[in-house]
Amino acid sequence: MIEKMMLIGGRSKDQGTSLCAGKLGPEYLDVSTIVEMNVEDMARLGLKANSRVRLRSPVGETVVRCKGRETKDLPKGLLFIAYGPASSELMSGDTAGTGMPISKNLDVEVEPVTDSDSTGG
Amino acid sequence: MSDEKTRTVTDATCTFCGCVCDDMILTVDLEQHRITKSQNACVLGKAWFKEHGIEKRPFALVDGREASTEEGIEAAARILAEARYPVIYGLSDTTCEAQRVAVSIADMIGGMIDTTTSVCHGPSGIAFQGVGESTASLGEIKNRADLVIFWGGNPAEAHPRLFTRYAVTPKGMHVPNGKKDRTIVLVDVRRTASTPVADIFIQVKPRTDFEVLWALRALVKGRKVDPSIEQKTGVPLAVLEDLAQRMKSCNFGALLFGMGLTMNRGRHFNAGALLALATDLNQFTHFVAAPVRGHGNVTGADNVVSWQTGFPFGINFARGYPRFNPGEWTAADLLARGEADAALIIASDPASNFSKPAIEHLHRIPVITLDPKATLTSQLSRVAFTTATYGINVPGTVYRMDNVPITLRPAFDSPYPSDEYVLTGIRERVRTLLGGNRVPAGTPLAASFT
Amino acid sequence: MLRIAGGRVYDPAHGVDGVVQDVCIQDGRVVADVPPDAKRIDARGMVVMPGGIDIHCHIAGSKVNMARKVQPEDHRQDVHLRTRLTRSGTGGTVPSTFTTGYRYAGLGYTTAMEAAVPPLGARSTLEELHDTPVIDKGFFILVGNNVLLYRLLQEGRLDEFRQALAWWLSATKAYAPKLVNPGADEMWKGQRNANITLLDQPIASFDLTPRKVIAAFIEAGNELGLPHPVHIHCNNLGHTGNYETTLETMRIAEGRRAHITHIQFHSYGSVAGKSADNPTSRARDISDYVNSHPNISADVGAVMFGRSTSMTADAPLAYMLRRFGGGKWVNVDTELESGCGITPFTYQERVYTNALQWAIGLELFLLSTDPWRMVFSTDHPNGGSFMSYPRLIRLLMDREYRKQEMARVNQDALGHSGLGDCQEREYSLYEIAIITRAGPARLLGLSGKGHLGVGADADVTIYDEDPDKEKMFSAPRYVIKAGELVIEDHEFRTDTEGRVFHVAPDYDPGVEQVIQPFFEDFYTIQFANYPVDLSYLPHHQVVPTTHQPAGTGA
Repeated sequence: MIEKMMLIGGRSKDQGTSLCAGKLGPEYLDVSTIVEMNVEDMARLGLKANSRVRLRSPVGETVVRCKGRETKDLPKGLLFIAYGPASSELMSGDTAGTGMPISKNLDVEVEPVTDSDSTGG
Repeated sequence: MSDEKTRTVTDATCTFCGCVCDDMILTVDLEQHRITKSQNACVLGKAWFKEHGIEKRPFALVDGREASTEEGIEAAARILAEARYPVIYGLSDTTCEAQRVAVSIADMIGGMIDTTTSVCHGPSGIAFQGVGESTASLGEIKNRADLVIFWGGNPAEAHPRLFTRYAVTPKGMHVPNGKKDRTIVLVDVRRTASTPVADIFIQVKPRTDFEVLWALRALVKGRKVDPSIEQKTGVPLAVLEDLAQRMKSCNFGALLFGMGLTMNRGRHFNAGALLALATDLNQFTHFVAAPVRGHGNVTGADNVVSWQTGFPFGINFARGYPRFNPGEWTAADLLARGEADAALIIASDPASNFSKPAIEHLHRIPVITLDPKATLTSQLSRVAFTTATYGINVPGTVYRMDNVPITLRPAFDSPYPSDEYVLTGIRERVRTLLGGNRVPAGTPLAASFT
Repeated sequence: MLRIAGGRVYDPAHGVDGVVQDVCIQDGRVVADVPPDAKRIDARGMVVMPGGIDIHCHIAGSKVNMARKVQPEDHRQDVHLRTRLTRSGTGGTVPSTFTTGYRYAGLGYTTAMEAAVPPLGARSTLEELHDTPVIDKGFFILVGNNVLLYRLLQEGRLDEFRQALAWWLSATKAYAPKLVNPGADEMWKGQRNANITLLDQPIASFDLTPRKVIAAFIEAGNELGLPHPVHIHCNNLGHTGNYETTLETMRIAEGRRAHITHIQFHSYGSVAGKSADNPTSRARDISDYVNSHPNISADVGAVMFGRSTSMTADAPLAYMLRRFGGGKWVNVDTELESGCGITPFTYQERVYTNALQWAIGLELFLLSTDPWRMVFSTDHPNGGSFMSYPRLIRLLMDREYRKQEMARVNQDALGHSGLGDCQEREYSLYEIAIITRAGPARLLGLSGKGHLGVGADADVTIYDEDPDKEKMFSAPRYVIKAGELVIEDHEFRTDTEGRVFHVAPDYDPGVEQVIQPFFEDFYTIQFANYPVDLSYLPHHQVVPTTHQPAGTGA
C-alpha cells in the first residue's frame, strides 16, 4: 500500500544534541532516521512504532522508522523528520532561483517495508 | 577560581545556536581537555560544551594520508590557485575573524562565496532587500514586548533560551511580570514542544502561510476578508480578526519567524509578507520582526560578507568585483548543476545536508574542509584540516541573531589551529602562487599593475 | 623620507595661503627638512594641502551594514574593481568597507568620523573600520537617549551621570558623545511611534525634558574636557519651522562648547497659513547666531541632488521620510540605548523641498564669517554621498557654475531661500582648506591633523591645479598617508590600514557598581562582555582630555 503524504524536515532537540557528538556518530544517524507520523495514518497502513517505512520523492528515496503522534499534535497526512542524510535523499536540487532548496512540505510517497523487503536501510 | 587541574570560565559564550548566550559558567578539566560542567546552558548548549573536548585526529589529511597543517595549506593553496571556478562555502560556525579571511580569499582568486545563510534565512535576506524590516535587539523585546508571535519555528527545541532569556519569561523594564505581562502566540502547521508556551496556538494548513499573512495585512488595514479563508488555510476568520486586533492594540509587538516560512513554498514571499505585515503595523503601534537565526555565527557571516562586498551571500568575484545572484552563485545550486571545479568548505557539512545532485558533484571535484570533527564532507575531501572549536578553544567575535556582536572567552587551548590561522596560511600561499590578487583579463589598465 | 617640492601649499593652521614651499616628511610626520637624496615629488604647478577630514559621516557599524544590505540595486551599478594590491567591492551611496576607504583616499581624504554608533554595536563598528583601509577614523556613540543615563539625570545624580558617561566612552573606545533627537526614543518605542517636538515637553517614562538632557550632556562633555564637545543632532530635524528649536538648543549651551551637526537640516522656517510641506530658509538666522557665538561650531550637512540613503538614529524621522522613499524602510531598536531608521531617498532638482534644502546648504556656507566653525559635510550618505564633495566644492568656489545650477532647480524654492542674496561670494582654496581640513581637525581636537607644521601627521594631498574645481578635487595626483605614498599618479601603490582615534576619560571605578546592576536587570549581554578590548583596534591612538597628559597610543 502506497500513500501520498507531506513531509516536514526540521530541527529537534535530540538532533541538536547528537550532532554535537558528531554527525558520523550512531545517535545522530538514529535520530535523523525516525519519521513522526499521525497514529491514525499508521494504523491504516498497518504500521507500529519502529516499523520501517520507505519515503520516496521525485529525486530519491530512503527507508526510516516510524514514531506515532496524536492527531492534535500532527494532523493526518503530515510527517516530520529531523534533518540529516535521510531527509537530504529526498530533497531536490532545484531552488527556483533562490538558493534555498525546499526541505519542508515535501510531497512524498509512503510505503511500509515488509520484513522480506531487503532494499533500503 | 583555578587550580592546576580545573578552571572556571565565567561570562563565556555558547555558540551552538543564534541565541549566542554569553552567561555561561564553564568548569574545565584542564588535564582531560574538556568542559565538565556548563552552568546556565540549555540542553543544546550542554551537549555543545560536553562534546567538544580534544579528539585525537590528524592535523590534516591530504588525499587520505596524514599530514601536517602546513602540508595541508600547501595542497589547499595549489587547488585554489589552479581552480577556474572555485566556491567557498559554510562559515556559520566560525569566528568573524575567520570569515573575513575567507572573503578575502574569494576576492583574491576571483571565486564564489556563499554561506549557510542561503539554505537557512537566505529567503529572509532576499525579502529584506525588497521591503526592509522593522526590527529590534532582543533586549528591547525583553524589556517592552507585550505581544510576541512565533511563526513557523520551534524554539523550544532549536533555540531553547529564546523563551527563557529573551522573549517570553524574562521580566523586563516595561513588562515587570514577565510572561504574565505578555501575550504569546504561536503559529505552526503542527504542535511541537514549543506549543505549550503559547496563550494562543494557531494551526495553519501546510503551504498556506502566505495566504494567512496576506489576510492579516488586509485585516490590519481594515479591509474585508472572505470567510472562505478558513477552508483554504484552516484558520477561522474570527481567529485572524482577533489576532489582527491584538496586533494593532498592543504597545510593542514582535514577530519572530523561523524556517517554516523560508524553507517552504513561497520562501522569500512568505518572509516578505511577514516583514511587510510588521511594517504595516507601525501605523498603529510599535511593531518589530526578526528571523530566528540558526547556527552560532551565521549572522556574523551575513554581516562580514555584506560589509566586504555589499551583498549578504551568493557572491561571484570572477569579473573582478562582487556580484550577487541567489540561485546562480548559491552553493546549493551551483553544486547541483555540477559547475564548481573546487570547493573550500569551512565549518559546514554540505555532503550531509545538500541535495543528492549537489553531493554527487562534491564527490567529483577537489574539496578542502576545515572542521573540528569528521563529517561526511571531510571524508570526501582531498584536503581535510582539523581545526580548533570556536568559542571553546578559539577567541574572536560572533554575532547574535539580532546583530549584537559578542567577544568569545575560550575555555582551554587546543593543539589544533584556528580556522583563521589555516585560512590566512592558505591565502598568503595563494597570493604567492598568483603574484597578488588575480585580475581578470580585460580589466582597465588603470586598475591593474604588477 | 620624502620631499614634496615646489607645490603651492595651503596650510591655514599656520596662515600659509598658497605659498610655494617644500613639505618634508620622515617617519610618518612632517619635518623641517630631509637630506637631498630623499625621494622627491615634483609638485610644481600643483596644490598641496593636508589630507581631508570628514567630521561627520556614516561609514561603519550595524546601521550602515543594514543600509548596505538593503540596497543590492545601488551596488550593482557602481562596482569597484580589485587590483593586484587592493580589494574589490561595491559603491553606491553606501559602499562596502574597502571601497569606502579607497574612495575617501581617492578624493584626498585621510580621516573620517563615523557619527552615530549605538554603544552596544561599538564592536561591529570597529570590525568594519578595521576593514576600511587607508584612512584614520573614530566614532561617536549615541548617548542622548540612554536609559540609565536618563535615570541618573532625573534623580539628580549628576556626578554619577558624568562618571557613567566617561565609562561609556572608555568602554566602547569612542571618540565623542552624540545626541540624536534627545527624548525621542522613549516616545518612539514606548508610545506607539510618537515623536518629541518641544524642548520643554516631558519625555515619556521620565521626569525629564529634551532641554534638561541637552544641558546636562553639554555640561558633562565640557567638564570631562573632551577633545570634541557633545555632537548634537537637534530635535525636529527636517521639520518645517525647526530653526527655532535649533536656535534654542544653541542657547542652552550658554557659552559652553557644543557642536551642532548637519545644521542645514535644522534651518527651516515656515510661512504663516501655509502647510508644513512648504518650508522656507532660515539660514540667515542660524548663520547669524553661529557667527556671533564662538562657543558653537557646526557642520553644514549640505544636500546634493541624486541618490542618497537616509540613515539615522532618529527613528521617527526615517519613518516620516519613508513615504517619499519608494517603499523600503528599516527600523532597528537597540535596547536601552538608541533607535535607528533607514530609507533610500532621492533629492530632485524640481522638487520644492529638495531644492530648498540644497539652497540652504549653500547659503550656510556663503553666509559664514568663520569657516573654522562652519565646516564641510553632507552627512554622508544622508544629504548625498561623499563622492559628491568635489561638486560641492565647485559650487562654493565657482559662482558662474553655481548660477548655472541655480537655474536648473525649482525656482519657487530658490525664491524662499536667501541664496540669491549671497551669490557673489566665492570660496578660495585657503577657505576650502579650512572647511575640509584645518577646521574639522581643530573642532575634533586632533592636534596632528589638518595642518602641515613640523610634527603633524604626514597626511598630504597633492592636486593638479585645474580651473574646474570639481575635476581638480575628484582626483588628486598624490595622496600621502602617515608618510606613505598611497596614491601616485592616481594609482594605489600600497594598501595600508589607518588608526582609530578614541578617548579614555578618567572615571571613578565605583560607578561600575551603579552600572552593573542595571545591566543585570535589563540588558541581554553580560556586563563583563560589554567593554570593547584593544584587540579590535590594532592601530589606535588615545586623544587625551584636557585633564590628562598628552600621550601616544600604539
